[in-house]
Amino acid sequence: MNTLPQQLANGLLLGSMYGLIAIGYTMVYGIVQLINFAHGEIFMTGGFGALSVYLILPDSINIWVALPLMLIGGGLVAVLIAVGAERFAYRPLRGAPRLAPLITAIGLSLALQEAIRNFYPQADKPRVFPELGEGSYEIGSITFKNADLFLIVAAVVCMTGLAFFVRRSRTGRAMQATAQDPDTAQLMGIDTNRIIVIAFAIGGFFAAVASVAYGAKYGHVEYRMGFLMGLKAFTAAVLGGIGNIYGAMVGGLVLGIAEVTASAYIDGIPGMGEFGGSSWANVWAFCLLILVLLVRPQGLLGERVADRA
Amino acid sequence: MTALLEVQDLKVAYGKIEAVKGISFSVEAGQVVTLIGTNGAGKTTTLRTLSGLLKPSGGRILFDGKPLNGTPAHKIVALGLAHSPEGRHIFPRLSITENLQLGAFLRKDVEGIQKDIQRAYELFPILGERRKQAAGTLSGGEQQMLAMGRALMSQPKLLMLDEPSMGLSPIMMQKIMATIAELKAQGTTILLVEQNAQAALSLADQGHVMEVGKIVVSGTGSDLLTDESVRKAYLGED
Repeated sequence: MNTLPQQLANGLLLGSMYGLIAIGYTMVYGIVQLINFAHGEIFMTGGFGALSVYLILPDSINIWVALPLMLIGGGLVAVLIAVGAERFAYRPLRGAPRLAPLITAIGLSLALQEAIRNFYPQADKPRVFPELGEGSYEIGSITFKNADLFLIVAAVVCMTGLAFFVRRSRTGRAMQATAQDPDTAQLMGIDTNRIIVIAFAIGGFFAAVASVAYGAKYGHVEYRMGFLMGLKAFTAAVLGGIGNIYGAMVGGLVLGIAEVTASAYIDGIPGMGEFGGSSWANVWAFCLLILVLLVRPQGLLGERVADRA
Repeated sequence: MTALLEVQDLKVAYGKIEAVKGISFSVEAGQVVTLIGTNGAGKTTTLRTLSGLLKPSGGRILFDGKPLNGTPAHKIVALGLAHSPEGRHIFPRLSITENLQLGAFLRKDVEGIQKDIQRAYELFPILGERRKQAAGTLSGGEQQMLAMGRALMSQPKLLMLDEPSMGLSPIMMQKIMATIAELKAQGTTILLVEQNAQAALSLADQGHVMEVGKIVVSGTGSDLLTDESVRKAYLGED
């Protein structure tokens, strides 16, 4: 049986998740040139926020009724933490040397992990997350579940919504101007602090959506889950060209597909027999990053630094 | 009658280094006032402080009767003070039209904005021809036109132009200066910082010569043009 369509679909799903999280890295970097390394943990808290909402709701509730409420709850938690981090951790360091906010981000990410592990009930072990029903569908040789359906729909809606917002809305235009030249944006009357807050908020919300999808797909959330997912999403953002929102989407998809197909097929190449399987997936993902950066240091859709005014 | 802009003993410091050491001048509505002087005299620092990008370390700024003490830059635009910065700083990856629209960011009158964009195209026909092009692809002179057009889009009471002729060919420089003369004739109030002292003083009602953070000579444009020390130092005569 030909497994390629199924593997491509799996890669696309994983890539959508990376892409959703990568938006948060790339938007913040594009506007304030800060790598928010706590973003992986913001993703993680979104999942726990959604789980809390689910646990409060009555057991009998239909999962499709619960899902939007979980998205709102998880989104609210992630947005509040992202915006709070900007306001109280990063903004006071805006004029500081680059290393200071970077170390702050690492500290914040440890603090968030430990806060969930210690204060969220039974969160020292993975906590069961509701899967979105038993439904399973087939298109040709591809099988997928409700959680996959939710992920793909959510990713498409979020990404097209964002593209539309950035290109068409007044705030989106202001966001582009702030990314290109923050001082001059202020001279146009743009409150750049507000734009920065909006970028953090959008990133936080998208991460929460990805987190709900993660929980539903794998059946659990965990206080450590933000580390590797965050790192991969950051890789996707760099791969696509950091600062570019389309780059984050493309980078996520390329990374997801490459990772899944490499772990499925690389052991078929003579002499590579022992490098197949999911335990090598991360190796191939980062190999791809290194390869792309060697050839195109600015990433797939990034602009050469010299082009920036 | 009070002046539109009143600067009193303004001081600006970068850390411990004082770049502007207590200057006073004013701009009346309808006037063109110019600040001239060598690099590092504090002219650009003065403009950046007036538009709120830098905070003064001392002194007072009164604009249209209101004090601008620590008012953030994005609120100062709303009061009617527009700043076309040194080095043009157009938004390179946005189109010409989008750049002009951003100049009118705080305005809500869609029709008025549309009209003013048309007026900018009349003032600078080349911008109209290339309206969909990314601003970063324009030549230096065209970018300067765009920066000026963009600043005018906020319908300012006072237009501040920082080094509009810098780095331009002589022909382009003439064009830009002619445009400033045209704006003056239309009654636009302008605070002009220029390295081309001859051209700036010929246009200006009032001129101030800055040296290392202080105003050393002030007078009408024509007075300064004939002032011997100014001629020697800034107009390249022995």
